[in-house]
Amino acid sequence: MTEAHDAGSTPSLRIIGQALPRFDVAEKVAGSTLYAADWQLPGMLAGRILRSIYASARIRRLDVSRARGLPGVSAVLTARDIPCNAIRVDPTGLGGTPFETPILAAERVRYQGEPIALVAAESDPQARAALEAIEVDYEPVPAVLDAETALREDAPRVHEGHDNLLVHWKLRHGRVEEAFRTADVIVERTYRTQWADHAYLEPEAGVAWTDAHGVVNIRSATQVLEHFREVAEVLGLPQNRVRIIAPFLGGGFGGKEDMTVEPHVALLAWKTGRPVRMLWSRYESLLARPKRHPFTMRYKTGAARDGRLVAQEITLLADAGPYPLLSPRVVFAALVVGAGPYRVPNVKVDAKAVFTNNVPTSAMRGFGAMQVTFAYESQMELLAERLGVPPLELRARNFLRKGDRLPTGEEIGTAVALPTVSQRAISALGARTAPSSRSARVGQGFACNIQPYGRTVWFRDRASAWIGFEADGSLVVRTGVPDLGGGQAASLAQIAAEILGVGLDRVAVHFGDSALTPPAGGTFATRQLYMSGNAVWKAATELRALMAPVAASVLEAAAADVQFADDHVSVVGTPDRRIPLARVVAECGRRDVPTALLSAFRGEEAAPVDLETGQGRTFPDYTFGCHAAEVEVDTETGVTKLLKHAACHDVGRAINPQSVEGQIQGGAVMGIGQALMEEIVVEGGNNLTTLFASYLIPTALDVPDIRPIVVESGEGKGPFKARGIGEPPTGPPPAAIAAAIFDAVGVRLQELPMTPERVFKAMEALRRGAAGDT
Amino acid sequence: MVIERRPLRFSLNGRPVDALAAPHETLLATLRDSLGATEVKYGCGEGVCGTCTVLLDGAPVNACLILGLQAQGRAVTTVKGLSGEAGPHPLQRAFVAREAAQCGFCTPGMLLVAYAFLREHPNPTREEIRAALAGNLCRCTGYTRIVDAVEACAAGGGDPPV
Repeated sequence: MTEAHDAGSTPSLRIIGQALPRFDVAEKVAGSTLYAADWQLPGMLAGRILRSIYASARIRRLDVSRARGLPGVSAVLTARDIPCNAIRVDPTGLGGTPFETPILAAERVRYQGEPIALVAAESDPQARAALEAIEVDYEPVPAVLDAETALREDAPRVHEGHDNLLVHWKLRHGRVEEAFRTADVIVERTYRTQWADHAYLEPEAGVAWTDAHGVVNIRSATQVLEHFREVAEVLGLPQNRVRIIAPFLGGGFGGKEDMTVEPHVALLAWKTGRPVRMLWSRYESLLARPKRHPFTMRYKTGAARDGRLVAQEITLLADAGPYPLLSPRVVFAALVVGAGPYRVPNVKVDAKAVFTNNVPTSAMRGFGAMQVTFAYESQMELLAERLGVPPLELRARNFLRKGDRLPTGEEIGTAVALPTVSQRAISALGARTAPSSRSARVGQGFACNIQPYGRTVWFRDRASAWIGFEADGSLVVRTGVPDLGGGQAASLAQIAAEILGVGLDRVAVHFGDSALTPPAGGTFATRQLYMSGNAVWKAATELRALMAPVAASVLEAAAADVQFADDHVSVVGTPDRRIPLARVVAECGRRDVPTALLSAFRGEEAAPVDLETGQGRTFPDYTFGCHAAEVEVDTETGVTKLLKHAACHDVGRAINPQSVEGQIQGGAVMGIGQALMEEIVVEGGNNLTTLFASYLIPTALDVPDIRPIVVESGEGKGPFKARGIGEPPTGPPPAAIAAAIFDAVGVRLQELPMTPERVFKAMEALRRGAAGDT
Repeated sequence: MVIERRPLRFSLNGRPVDALAAPHETLLATLRDSLGATEVKYGCGEGVCGTCTVLLDGAPVNACLILGLQAQGRAVTTVKGLSGEAGPHPLQRAFVAREAAQCGFCTPGMLLVAYAFLREHPNPTREEIRAALAGNLCRCTGYTRIVDAVEACAAGGGDPPV
């Protein structure tokens, strides 16, 4: 049940929909923003982590006595020193058996880079010396090195007493077997995606200190303030004795959604009684932070001669690494949207995540919905070819429409603007570019996608915001939102300014503090505009409703006839009859009418899906998009150069069009990186890509200008009918580029990234007379 | 493990500064930890991402790849040295107007490279701007708006006014 509201109650918008400069960008270009690593306190120690060199081993002996005796060393902690060395998580959120994930490995390490011991010392060189003085005897034990073999009977167990199968979600909709018998065409393929790293430019960092009240404070780069509860559990403290502050982040993309430095730096500060700063190196970040899951996706898709999809059978297998983290939820999102933004009457999906001793995997922008886009859109291309129907025409015959049901049985309650969105993306590409050399071929392609925004409905999401006027008529917004750099705080200022008529420069947003700002939930799942945006909308609207009658009585008008704009309240139709907001605030004070209030927004909620069939409500709503790409492939080298890229999404309504475009452009380039170049390489459990020199993300020379196209259907579940746009743009690029490569040179790539080597091999196979598929 | 720290004097954003630096200490560490110049960011420590870019006697360098002591007697400029009494530099204004920064972590390095580049190449093409910025990674923007902002500040661009 959503709390209904009507954007129509603000007839003419003055601030919403304007490409206004963000206050935080002005601070950032000045170099004055203090990120997590930029914080210093007197007497601060340097914290470091000793990490496992093996992917799978028993720790036979761990001796820290020599390290503890070194000069400058304040603390060396192992699992034994932690009051509660386990985070208990319910992997599915459905009340299953909690799974325990250690903070520090005790007897057993399960991935390369797993933390074993913590050090705090007066200086960083002293901390590093202490790490080297810790003695560890490892006894390597057989490891599980890929997701397929993890499921074999004779596979080693990642966790003793636990199957390697972490989760198996099922979706059963219609009668798949029968439907395939009626299909005129069936295409069946296996697609593979790779491990990818978030590669935010700001590595994980934080400072912790214990204050005079005995509260452990952590100021860190995190997407989730609510981790204070887990840290309290680790420290054995009441939850109101741990505070997390998130300053502006240097990027998150899901990689700072699980805890990073927080439990470690808090333990060191708690044990030493001194402030401690912990900064992870890029090497540590690339080595051991959770990645995007590699998926193996088997798709069998059936269609009638006229192009109508009749059935889809999908199996998804994700490498979860050694601990659950958010893997079950990632795979669940993939399950829900695995059939794409299409009407498919018969669908069967089996989605599994399995434990391995590879690098951990968890949330990354796109969250499972990204990987499946490569598969379902590549299947549509194959079907179009088989049926002799133009690819867009085939999609158009199958696009979901408002009121249709997803394979989960849930209804799509808002507009599905895919016909417009796809037309606009494709037409933006324009005429085909002439090849730049005799060996070059140019091709165009596109891909559509569906991406949820908001948390799964059975998590019963909440966000709250406090809004209050100061005596001078300026406004304060307080909400516990972490700002990752996507303009989260700035868009809240715009919403409050719009509703309460305050100039944008007279709104201050205080955010990201679990002690001082009301809880709003983390910045993930493309939920922040939907949730905290609605909370601010609601608080501002309620506050205006309280203050409007006071202003109206001063103005001798009806409450319904006053409007809040330009730092004044005026009578509609007679703009001369107006009073400054400061006067309204003073008048409210005299009459004991509140000029501040706290309000909470409840997201959509529903009971969990049926576990055997996947039927039920899943996500609050979805964002739809289409990207079109033009590539040039060099037939002699396999090098693929992206020449043009247009990215179109229906965002319902753009709160700040410039910020929306920025999300689309940046998300597209992240997807392009995963399409063409990015890959965390793990061999034998060893991560071989622990430097930016080996993990390659796009530079300014690797991508063209990204053409963002914003469609506003006026339908969405966020404030002013906005939809979430943080994650959706990462999805389409791999499939769009794969289609463009096929258009250029006639080969279909089914594995990411589409490196020159893979493209070249596929072209070689084609030349040798094999089918164009690889 | 006592390492002697040596006195060091250089100009930071036009003002003389004194610091003590160990012989192995990077300029990045000297700037951040001894001089409080936290506007210089650590991104990779291996000279690939460009995040820690500063100008050394006007030329962009990765502060993680040179030693603090190498700055002896020289002029170091960080992003805080770009703005003057007239307020933010036109590049800074253009980055704000065009939202060429999101998380802002790569921004100080981007601005300094763009500043040094435009000084040498006042009338660049977009492709030349892209080549100039290729040593500075950005994970948020996809670069288009950064190129837009730099292009707007090229001579004759006139937006925003210099």
